[in-house]
Amino acid sequence: MNTVCGNKDTRIELFGYTLKNPVIPASGTFGFGYEFADWYDINILGSISLKGTTLEARYGNPQPRIADCPAGLINAIGLENPGVENVVSRELVKLDKVYKGKVIANVGGHSFEEYTRTAAGFNGADKVFAVELNISCPNVKGGGLAFGTDPKVVEELVAAVKEASVKPVVVKLSPNVTDITALAKAAERGGADGISLINTLLGMRIDLRTAHPIISVKRGGYSGRGVFPVAVNMVYAVREAVKLPIIGMGGVSSARDVIEMMYAGASAVMVGTANLVDPYACKNIIEELPALMEELGIEKLTDIIGRAHNA
Amino acid sequence: MNKEILTVISNRPLTHDAYELVLDGCSPVKPGSFVELTVDGYFLGRPFGAGDYEDGKLTVFYRVVGEGTKAMTGLKAGDEIKALTGLGNGFRTERAKKPLLIGGGLGIAPLNYLAKYFASAGIRPTVVAGYRSARDVILREELAKIAELSITTDDGTEGYCGNAVSYLKNNSADYDYYYACGPTVMLKYLTEFDVKGEVSLEARMGCGFGACMGCSIMTRSGSKRVCKEGPVFDAAEVIL
Repeated sequence: MNTVCGNKDTRIELFGYTLKNPVIPASGTFGFGYEFADWYDINILGSISLKGTTLEARYGNPQPRIADCPAGLINAIGLENPGVENVVSRELVKLDKVYKGKVIANVGGHSFEEYTRTAAGFNGADKVFAVELNISCPNVKGGGLAFGTDPKVVEELVAAVKEASVKPVVVKLSPNVTDITALAKAAERGGADGISLINTLLGMRIDLRTAHPIISVKRGGYSGRGVFPVAVNMVYAVREAVKLPIIGMGGVSSARDVIEMMYAGASAVMVGTANLVDPYACKNIIEELPALMEELGIEKLTDIIGRAHNA
Repeated sequence: MNKEILTVISNRPLTHDAYELVLDGCSPVKPGSFVELTVDGYFLGRPFGAGDYEDGKLTVFYRVVGEGTKAMTGLKAGDEIKALTGLGNGFRTERAKKPLLIGGGLGIAPLNYLAKYFASAGIRPTVVAGYRSARDVILREELAKIAELSITTDDGTEGYCGNAVSYLKNNSADYDYYYACGPTVMLKYLTEFDVKGEVSLEARMGCGFGACMGCSIMTRSGSKRVCKEGPVFDAAEVIL
């Protein structure tokens, strides 16, 4: 297994699975992975978090779903996906042809039953080494974010999904709460194996000519490099609150951002919106890492997880 | 699909709000494909149909509709611009023996490149180009050389008074297949009138290459991404 870049050790481990580096494209910004194989050999990636998947196929929200912002974008896709059966039988098969590593399945839902049945739908998929529970999607009515803001609901939902799934469960948290550490603790009590954060921040843009919100469903999730400091702060806070491994994300656009996120407490780092403005974003980050490690005197990336807490 | 740095050769106004931007250093692109141009100070790239292409030189036609396109008017010869090129599926040029090209407003841009493609294949296409008013007309001389061109204006200040679809209903055009690009309302009336053709759609996009599902539309054969399965769709497939 080719896991060391130059003389620098970029490997990290998540739930017993070794990733050759901590860089993982974030759910919703990388499709089902194979689209990016047209740009570069995606086998360099640590892993991939798949497009959010629900029990049945969903079309999502009407157009427009995207609004440009000064340092990012607002999206309100509404979890468009072909449903868990098609993801396992079709999308994972297509991905397997161009990506040899294992991936993270991202699971969305509107009810306890939908979350547990969708998560269980990945039980037989060897390609999947963990399930990421999206309890924080701001773009699905009556679901998503509604699940992610009440600690009691989070604890019960995570416990139910843990019972239904044979995979390690990562809980993806919303930043649209008063105290994100309360939700992280609830996920830990529910039996989560890891935490990923942050999902998008609620946002809105308004067309100056029409005075209507640009997004069809008015508001959406803001992401992109503008949210990076918000994400670093929240990863740092959650690191202090729980003992679970953390996958940090939010505005990560460079190798420097990856190191900063790991200093804050992340064991792995997801790159999201950056993929949409530069299809080579993850590739560039992975290639920049060894030189940056050299510059910072880092031999092993696992040595730096949470370093800011000891400084 | 390519990520490229293009160099501005020229950037000039054609009308009060429409511009022609010529860029050098572009890999070959097909008629009907589009490019994403990154304007300094703006996060997302802006999608533009390929308006013409020859020997590495790509022409895009754009209308100033917001801050991003307004900023583009400041581009000068020699400036560099980041681009994703060769995006989307182009027109199915093999489908027409007697092509009819129907444009509305800046929708004429990708059809200009398509008309040149047909001309180079020895086919003289019929072009119906609709504009709001005489002062909005672009590409009049260029298209007249290589196509049977009819211009329509909503206010009757040039050519036929009315829109391109109303022109087609009231005049018999000799064609076996059409290619259309323009405002959604025009394409809606067109596809209700005749489905023997294909339409190029616009959308607010995130990535431009199929990753984000930002531009998905519902069609008669399920959800499709304008950037990936499109921007050109069968007229019979779209729901407008």
